[in-house]
Amino acid sequence: MDMKANKKKLGLKEKYAHMTRGLGWETTYQPMDKVFPQATFEGIKIHDWEKWEDPFRLTMDAYWKYQAEKERKLYAVLDAFAQNNGHLGITDARYLNAVKLFLTGISPLEYVAHRGFAAAGRNFPGVGPRVACLMQSIDEIRHAQTQIHALSNYNKFYEGFHAGATHQIERVWYLSVPKSFFDDAFSAGPFEWMIAIGFSFEYVLTNLLFVPFMSGAAYNGDMATVTFGFSAQSDEARHMTLGLECIKFMLEQDPDNLPIVQKWIDKWAWRGIRVLTLVGMMMDYMLPKRVMSWKEAWEIYFEQNGGALFNDLAKYGIKVPECITQCTVDKEHISHQAWATFYQYAHASAFHTWLPNDEEMDWLSAKYPNTFDKYYRPRFTQWREMADRGERFYNNTLPMLCQVCQIPMVFTEPDDPTKICYRESEYQGEKYHTCSDGCQRIFDDEPEKYIQAWLPVHQIFQGNCWPEGTDPTVEGFDPLLKVLEWYHLENGKDNMDYEGSGDQANFAAWRGMATQNT
Amino acid sequence: MSTVFIAFQTNEETRPIIESILEDNPHAVLDEQPAMVKINAEGSLVIRRASIEERIGRDFDLQELQVNLITLSGNLDEDDDQLTLAWKN
Repeated sequence: MDMKANKKKLGLKEKYAHMTRGLGWETTYQPMDKVFPQATFEGIKIHDWEKWEDPFRLTMDAYWKYQAEKERKLYAVLDAFAQNNGHLGITDARYLNAVKLFLTGISPLEYVAHRGFAAAGRNFPGVGPRVACLMQSIDEIRHAQTQIHALSNYNKFYEGFHAGATHQIERVWYLSVPKSFFDDAFSAGPFEWMIAIGFSFEYVLTNLLFVPFMSGAAYNGDMATVTFGFSAQSDEARHMTLGLECIKFMLEQDPDNLPIVQKWIDKWAWRGIRVLTLVGMMMDYMLPKRVMSWKEAWEIYFEQNGGALFNDLAKYGIKVPECITQCTVDKEHISHQAWATFYQYAHASAFHTWLPNDEEMDWLSAKYPNTFDKYYRPRFTQWREMADRGERFYNNTLPMLCQVCQIPMVFTEPDDPTKICYRESEYQGEKYHTCSDGCQRIFDDEPEKYIQAWLPVHQIFQGNCWPEGTDPTVEGFDPLLKVLEWYHLENGKDNMDYEGSGDQANFAAWRGMATQNT
Repeated sequence: MSTVFIAFQTNEETRPIIESILEDNPHAVLDEQPAMVKINAEGSLVIRRASIEERIGRDFDLQELQVNLITLSGNLDEDDDQLTLAWKN
């Protein structure tokens, strides 16, 4: 007998209710608090998980359908890019150094995010957030894979892509900055993870990473990066919504949650902003054709958009993160200070650096009228004169690192941009240094956590960053060369100046071949 | 008053969606950037299924927006007929 199927299809809200709430149950073989042992130790009080709402009301069947469509679109573009020598369409091979930094510094974080959301989904007793975290966890591994896949095409032609997203993240000095950020979040409890990554990173800061940078990739002719970037970003809108829902949910559940949540917001806003220094540098110095300055992106996505967000959260008693005053000063400095650092340490970095040319310095002056000509142009000009004399400046001492964000002490005092900023704390009779009031506060709040930091400079000095079997007592031993070997960084090929590099020569030769027959 | 926004990839699929949004939200402002369009609006923004269907001449599920979405800002609410972004302050 035929089944009658004349009943109206379920609406979005009903379908979501059936496919999330309907799939949860109270455990009986073991008590709920044993099944979900991480749900309470952070002090967050939840009385009714049913109050959790996913505003997109996405269910797994719809999720697979739209994700599959995204993948089909992405791979169509990647194939076209590879088949048509898309790599020769970029503005200038200098651009690829931003992509190398992305592959080695950001793609591994997508993988950690995948693990972190899987863990958060496992640890939340509520069904709504579990489903949302599950989807985000799958999104994040998709991002890691599509990024590695898309960028592998460049590895056929250019230096510095061979170590990919796995080897260097655990070794290279500047990559410990993004790595330690995610390690810090992942080693916290599930609620702090949600504020750290779900809210602060995804909602408040991810726009600064993906939107201007991907638009910049488009502007610089990098179809592959734009496509994976936007494909990943289409998931981010959902992640941001999850982050915002999560914070509202925690605040509505119990008034005692407010001070805990506020502390995490203060901490993770500052942690995230420090990590984004790398993005600021990419936007201001590494894109041959620039979309907007770091400062402009900061004003649109943090000051305006973040301002609207914090106005909205004010009704719960949430205040704008305390670091905002310092950030307003920093936005005119950090990208210049970061690029100047990489220029000095180009021999130890897995990408090429260069000095901005005259036209680029004029652009920087126009975008940073208060700071560039006064503090940074003279420095770049001096280095250019030295390089012209054959005395290219390399800094051969290893810098002190911040115990929290792990960035070398290169940032300046908020009230004096000519003075390096550092703070000192004492814990169990040992001194620890941090780069700012923000990082010092984080250290002082949980010193037992941060004293365990794996600081690359300390590790190099302790002899832990050489290939196995290295004998530092042999005659002519060069510690830096051994460190580079351990990084899988080929000295003279992957590092140093762009000017004179294999990438520069090959790009010029291949581009010539693409338009001529000889 | 705070600004909400939504951004899409610039492509053939999003053209009628953007047109619908701009018509349904006269206060919205279009910001065209390389490879993407951002629509900014004071206070709130609504995306209506019916307006999109009228332009594309077929049924449209608002969850299809996910495919070309880049980012958004504001509190979101979605049902079968419309998606709303708003700051409630």
